[in-house]
Amino acid sequence: MSMNRREFLKIAGVSTIAGLGGTAVFSHLGKNSLEAVQTSPNTDALTGKQWGMVIDMDKLKSEETIKKVTEACHRIHNVPDFGNPKDEVKWIWTETFEHSFPGQEHKYMSEDMMHKPFLLLCNHCTDPACVRVCPTKATFKRKDGIVMQDMHRCIGCRFCMAACPFGARSFNYRDPRGKDANGNPFIKEENKEYPTRMIGVVEKCTFCVERIEKGLKPACVEESNGALVFGDIDDPASEIRRILNSQYTIRRKPELGTGPNIYYIIGGNDYAVVPEIR
Amino acid sequence: MLEKALSGSKKYWTWIFILLVFIGIGTVNYLRQFQTGLTITGLSRDVSWGLYIGQFTFLVGVAASGVMLVLPYYLHNFKQFAKITILGEFLAVSAVTMCMLFIFVDMGQPMRIMNVLLYPTPNSVMFWDAFVLSGYLALNIIVGWVVLGSEKNGIAPPKWVKPLIYLSIAWAPSIHTVTAFLYSGLPGRHFWLSAIMAARFLASAFAAGPALLIILALIIRKFTKFDPGKEAVQTLGKIVTYFMITNVFFFGLEFFTAFYSNIPGHMHPFQYLFAGIGEYNKLVPLMWTSVILAIASIALLIFPAVRRNESTLAIACAMVFISLWIDKGFGLIIGGFVPNMFETVTEYWPTMPEALITIGVWAVGLLVLTILYKIAITVREETAGVEIEH
Amino acid sequence: MKIYDGGKILVGLIIFIALFASPFYLNMGKAVAKPELKFDTPEIQQMEKETGKKQCVEPKEFMRAEHMQILNNWRDEVIRSGNRDEIVILGHKYDKSLQNGCMKCHSNKKDFCDKCHNYMAVQPYCWRCHIAPKEKQS
Repeated sequence: MSMNRREFLKIAGVSTIAGLGGTAVFSHLGKNSLEAVQTSPNTDALTGKQWGMVIDMDKLKSEETIKKVTEACHRIHNVPDFGNPKDEVKWIWTETFEHSFPGQEHKYMSEDMMHKPFLLLCNHCTDPACVRVCPTKATFKRKDGIVMQDMHRCIGCRFCMAACPFGARSFNYRDPRGKDANGNPFIKEENKEYPTRMIGVVEKCTFCVERIEKGLKPACVEESNGALVFGDIDDPASEIRRILNSQYTIRRKPELGTGPNIYYIIGGNDYAVVPEIR
Repeated sequence: MLEKALSGSKKYWTWIFILLVFIGIGTVNYLRQFQTGLTITGLSRDVSWGLYIGQFTFLVGVAASGVMLVLPYYLHNFKQFAKITILGEFLAVSAVTMCMLFIFVDMGQPMRIMNVLLYPTPNSVMFWDAFVLSGYLALNIIVGWVVLGSEKNGIAPPKWVKPLIYLSIAWAPSIHTVTAFLYSGLPGRHFWLSAIMAARFLASAFAAGPALLIILALIIRKFTKFDPGKEAVQTLGKIVTYFMITNVFFFGLEFFTAFYSNIPGHMHPFQYLFAGIGEYNKLVPLMWTSVILAIASIALLIFPAVRRNESTLAIACAMVFISLWIDKGFGLIIGGFVPNMFETVTEYWPTMPEALITIGVWAVGLLVLTILYKIAITVREETAGVEIEH
Repeated sequence: MKIYDGGKILVGLIIFIALFASPFYLNMGKAVAKPELKFDTPEIQQMEKETGKKQCVEPKEFMRAEHMQILNNWRDEVIRSGNRDEIVILGHKYDKSLQNGCMKCHSNKKDFCDKCHNYMAVQPYCWRCHIAPKEKQS
């Protein structure tokens, strides 16, 4: 016998590697072999270079509207309600002024202002930290500026959650299709037109990309009675630019350089019912 | 050479059996986590990394510290380390194995781990970390195995390993630097956003790793016929001392910057870790344990007499190791997440299954270490007295 | 050439081969019926009534072999490139989507997807997120 055990193992190892590589090449070749499906161009989509939003707190005064906005989003996107803050998944929610803009509060601020609920969601940053750190490009920036999450690719490493300065990302610590101890499903009523997520992936607001591409505005905007204005921040003629031009607005943590694209009109302190001020 | 791990004393097999039991317990708990999700850990929306990633970070340091033996021996011809460079290399193999397992058990979708290679993303530090860690693992396995194999056969190691050895020396700091970049490049995490992070990581690594090596060397001398050498242990003791002082100094720098600048965001994590914020103070006792052990260990180590006595040296090294394990394996990660992005506090504490999985991974690492050390030591015992120049 | 421990190795080899090949001889002669997929949901019947044809995005044979590849391509186009051009079949437009496209006609996941996937013993992870429509039969 001319081949010893060591040489045999070497050859076996090399051919295994070659075999693995080989199949990859073949499956790659196969990919381009499908063509000729008849398609019709999608002409409905709203188009923009950097979608953004102005949230006018002057117009967002009723608890009811806020509830309508957040519930609409979570309902149509099959966002599960795990019933505890530890595992919580949320795309759009409220946080008081002091927690939305930490460092901006001061001790002479009125209680009303301090505790005014601000709507928070993904900022769809111009230079997002989450996209920079993702090791698989599962989260990426689209041409229209939306920071998108590819649920098929996410490995659940949660690097993006550590990187996002806005706490916009949620991890599926459990199976969103599951049920709680009392047998109630975490997703109360499924929207059959939208997928759920699976266990172990990160999710967040997508600016309703599935609606934008059908020519509709994000669901939160539609439910907000005009308090939320959505548009292309890159377009000088857009409504959102007109507002930014004429009103004083602030953003969350702009000093971190991520370029958040959600702008807030703070408004006066007439949110709470304080009769003596009115 | 692997066959040398298959024959051993009753003590050896008992130890292996104990490790296998812990690996079994860890595996069962991991399967439960795989089924029900990371909800069975103490992790939350606000504190999304915890014990697993802390262990990973700490162990990257232990792995990198192998260079503290390899460098003096190969670059400065420091003969006393000739016999024990292999211990450093094999410790690195074991530590990197644990690092990879800790990343794996932390993933939400571990079945998709190959996505990191299928969609290579050079702008992600995680991508580079995977690259440098697997490279370092390969280098140490190859170098350790080839050098030991040559020694067994009584010949000088082949010439081609020399470049690999030099490469591994340069590679070691890179693994810990890249790991530090995982944290120090994130906007909005004040505790991590610090230029000295990588330097501090290396300092703590070069204290904790050699401290562990000293303890391992003393255990080896006690239970086997192989003596790693008194001088080698003494030199390691000096390395531990200098780097522990450097590490505490670097930590002091962080402390100064945070508190003299008086910037709230920079002070909050320190306040949470060492004093607690309001009613939230779960980590305070642990962090102070770390501080006290650090100071006490330095107070012991700076006296040459204490270092020369191997029993007191071992105690001081154990203190260094525990102190740094708490600091890096726990406090460092949690401090980055508390307070959260809304300046509110969600506390973290590992759950029982999480702790058992962690112990399971450590048991895997110890098993790898035991087997590799068994092989190395058996070879050493057999070739004792034979001097080879390489 | 002498083989050390030849007997032990031989016995070990035989046991290994016996175990490794067990699925083959244990299932020998037990042919499982080929799955019959159903193409007669109300939607497909409607299509046939209106156009006189039953047609998918590609011919049947191609779909059988490559549907997963098509779905992967659609997924990347829609999610990653934002290309939501619609698929036209016999003048009717469909979304480039599993949940909102394919399943609009194939509203019988159990008799269509599952039957073949079970036969082939594959478990695609599509359904861990995508919601199947209410099962319809002819």
